[in-house]
Amino acid sequence: MDPETQSMKLTFNIHGGDFTHAGQPSSEVKKVLKQLGIDGKTIKGIVIALYEAEVNVVAHAWKGTVEVEIDESKITIIVRDEGPGIPDIELAMQAGYSTASKKVREMGFGAGMGLPNMKKNTDELIIESEVDKGTTVKMINYFL
Amino acid sequence: MKLREIAAVLNATISCGAERIDDEVEMGYSSDLMSDVLTLDTDNLVLITGLVNLQAIRTAEMADIRAIVLVRNKKATDQMLELACENGMCILESPYSLFKSSGLLFQAGLKPIY
Ligand SMILES: Nc1ncnc2c1ncn2[C@@H]1O[C@H](COP(=O)(O)OP(=O)(O)OP(=O)(O)O)[C@@H](O)[C@H]1O
Ligand SMILES: [Mg+2]
Repeated sequence: MDPETQSMKLTFNIHGGDFTHAGQPSSEVKKVLKQLGIDGKTIKGIVIALYEAEVNVVAHAWKGTVEVEIDESKITIIVRDEGPGIPDIELAMQAGYSTASKKVREMGFGAGMGLPNMKKNTDELIIESEVDKGTTVKMINYFL
Repeated sequence: MKLREIAAVLNATISCGAERIDDEVEMGYSSDLMSDVLTLDTDNLVLITGLVNLQAIRTAEMADIRAIVLVRNKKATDQMLELACENGMCILESPYSLFKSSGLLFQAGLKPIY
């Protein structure tokens, strides 16, 4: 915790295809929010959205980073990846739309529910993407 | 329904979290698709799944699910058990299919989410 700004920053790396480590950032964030005494429902929404975003990098992109900033009133999470990008974000946001590979589906994902679920679990969700470059997902949740 | 009763109905072994065997769960959800599990709003539930990988445990961790039944005689890996124990989860392993496990638990009074 930075005493000047009353904020805390965390960063993590994500590797495409590495399902074993997907969820470590979410798990860390969950622990930190618990220690800060944030209420359970709020924490659940935040970590589910982050976990979905992480799995998307693992499933669809090559590599990425997670940047988390927590202050008194909110948590801001930026998940940035280098990858194929999303050509049509509106289409990708539709429940059921998925281009997931067979391998991803064998891992228990690829229902096309992740992006709508991130929308549901965040107060603000901003997705920017460039084809063949990558995708940036910004999520903000306010504490009660 | 107590986890103890669930274990009895499913002829299941407890591979982690035996100390939580008297905890109550009200509802069950059967799925091999973690994408769907992550969309649920309920948390005091038991997840019944044939998906035996670390992501099943991670999903349960994020979704605040405290008990998982692994069906079709699948065994949790050491890595899965470690993560589950760390998070205070109870892992049961049943020899029955997903269909049979779900049916038996429904019959025994475990409620569906929808
Ligand atoms: N970071 C990303 N990079 C490239 N494409 C992405 C990324 N995130 C999502 N997509 C694209 O958007 C689609 C929908 O994403 P969404 O998370 O909703 O579903 P999914 O990942 O396919 O399945 P689920 O999340 O249900 O496991 C993906 O199938 C993929 O085509
Ligand atoms: Mg997804």
